[in-house]
Amino acid sequence: MSIELDKDPDKGVLEAASFKLRKPRLTFRQLQAINRKRAFFLALALLTVLGLIGAIIGMAYGNWIIGLVIGLGFAGVQYLVARKAGSAMIMRTVRARPIERSDDSQLINVVQEIAIAAGIPCPTVYLIDDPVPNALATGFKPEDSAVAITTGLREKLNRDELQAVIAHEIGHIRNGDTGYMVLMAVIVGSILLLCDAFLHGSMRGMAYGARSSRGRGKAGVPLFILALLLAIIAPIFSKLLQAAVSRQREYLADATSVELMRHPEALISALTRLSEAQGGLQAANRGTQHLFIINPMRRASGGGGKFASHPPLKERIKRIKRLIVQD
Amino acid sequence: MLALYLADTTLYVILGIVVVMGFMWWMNYNGLVITRNACDNAWSQVDVQLKRRYDLIPNLVDTAKGYLKHEKETLEAVIKARQQCIDVSGVKNQAEAENFLSQTLKSLFAVSEAYPDLKANENMLKVQEELTSTENRIGFSRQHYNDSVLVYNNKRQTFPSNIWAGIHGFAEKEYFELTDETQRQPVKVSF
Repeated sequence: MSIELDKDPDKGVLEAASFKLRKPRLTFRQLQAINRKRAFFLALALLTVLGLIGAIIGMAYGNWIIGLVIGLGFAGVQYLVARKAGSAMIMRTVRARPIERSDDSQLINVVQEIAIAAGIPCPTVYLIDDPVPNALATGFKPEDSAVAITTGLREKLNRDELQAVIAHEIGHIRNGDTGYMVLMAVIVGSILLLCDAFLHGSMRGMAYGARSSRGRGKAGVPLFILALLLAIIAPIFSKLLQAAVSRQREYLADATSVELMRHPEALISALTRLSEAQGGLQAANRGTQHLFIINPMRRASGGGGKFASHPPLKERIKRIKRLIVQD
Repeated sequence: MLALYLADTTLYVILGIVVVMGFMWWMNYNGLVITRNACDNAWSQVDVQLKRRYDLIPNLVDTAKGYLKHEKETLEAVIKARQQCIDVSGVKNQAEAENFLSQTLKSLFAVSEAYPDLKANENMLKVQEELTSTENRIGFSRQHYNDSVLVYNNKRQTFPSNIWAGIHGFAEKEYFELTDETQRQPVKVSF
């Protein structure tokens, strides 16, 4: 197998048939622990932002505690609803259909194999009828989890590459990313919704205030401006945070794929094939993009950037290569 | 008055220590039991996959028989090796028998290279996929067993759970190790 790896000093490492995982650096478990901690703090930061916005908007209307409670409660209810509906609902929204052993025994076999390696119950297997190559995983608990792959990707991959992709997805499930990603989506969604509602409300309020009475209360005006500013900045900030978390998780799932399969070349080769993808996925949207193995919204070139939900493939491949070392 | 106060404080301190110790005992003991059970479960998973391989072999032999009329010995060797795996007892003997079975399977696949009809047979393709999957499952379940043992042994040896491991006699688990480096690679089933 030969892969073009763009002028990298480590070139040639992967051609070697035998390799061992690099020891003196961080182990997978340590890497996972660090990533979990980082993700936890990012989630906490996002929740704080949500609470703050709720409180400030509440303040603009006279009672910050009610605003805070409404903001957090709103996100909580949404999260519980999503949790209750489970993986089947999310799979429906990306137009995936469940398959049986008779449809594609190799795919089912591969998922079962990797589930054994990860020590989790076997997820339900779905196919998405779309020529654009991509894959995703979802589920709040390992017992109610699912993986899906597009028909386009299924056709492109050989058995080893398919294993690598599935191992990445099952890595998301085992690392607890799938439930976490939904939580993030809910928090960010709530922030956006709150800010949106507030902006609309305040515009109407100002128009109303201008017509009826001038003395709307002088102290209210600076607060109002602050709230307005926050309503504009917060969505940007929260999107940035969410993207940062998502990118971390992608690296971690790549590392997990290598941990489970002990076969990094297959993952690199699969990612290279994914990078050849053209166009976006029909059924994907901003709400579900974090679930996929590569960003389904991007165009062919697919860059990184602070707002990207996924790191650039080149960087991912570089980090995978850092996990291995020649004998 | 002061004496009464001191007695009260001592009582609370002792009560506090007892509660904390009890809690730690509870957490550590349960942690050890859970990780040990995970090891046992992972080990039984290996057996399940090995059994899966035994079940597949008659199917493989049946499919190949019609095409490999002149390779009777190779086929018989596979059947014999399978029977041996089922008959033997003891971890070491078992491992040897499994290795021998892998070797006979390898030679069967090498031999069938020369039979294009067999390679194209749909049933054979199916059996081949199932066998590839089974080899992977065996490898992955052993890997998962070793991962579980690592977690358990770490818990057993590190502070503070090592105290309770000593009191309750939690024994160290052994890793599954293959003697030969080349055997770490599962059989490549390719035509």
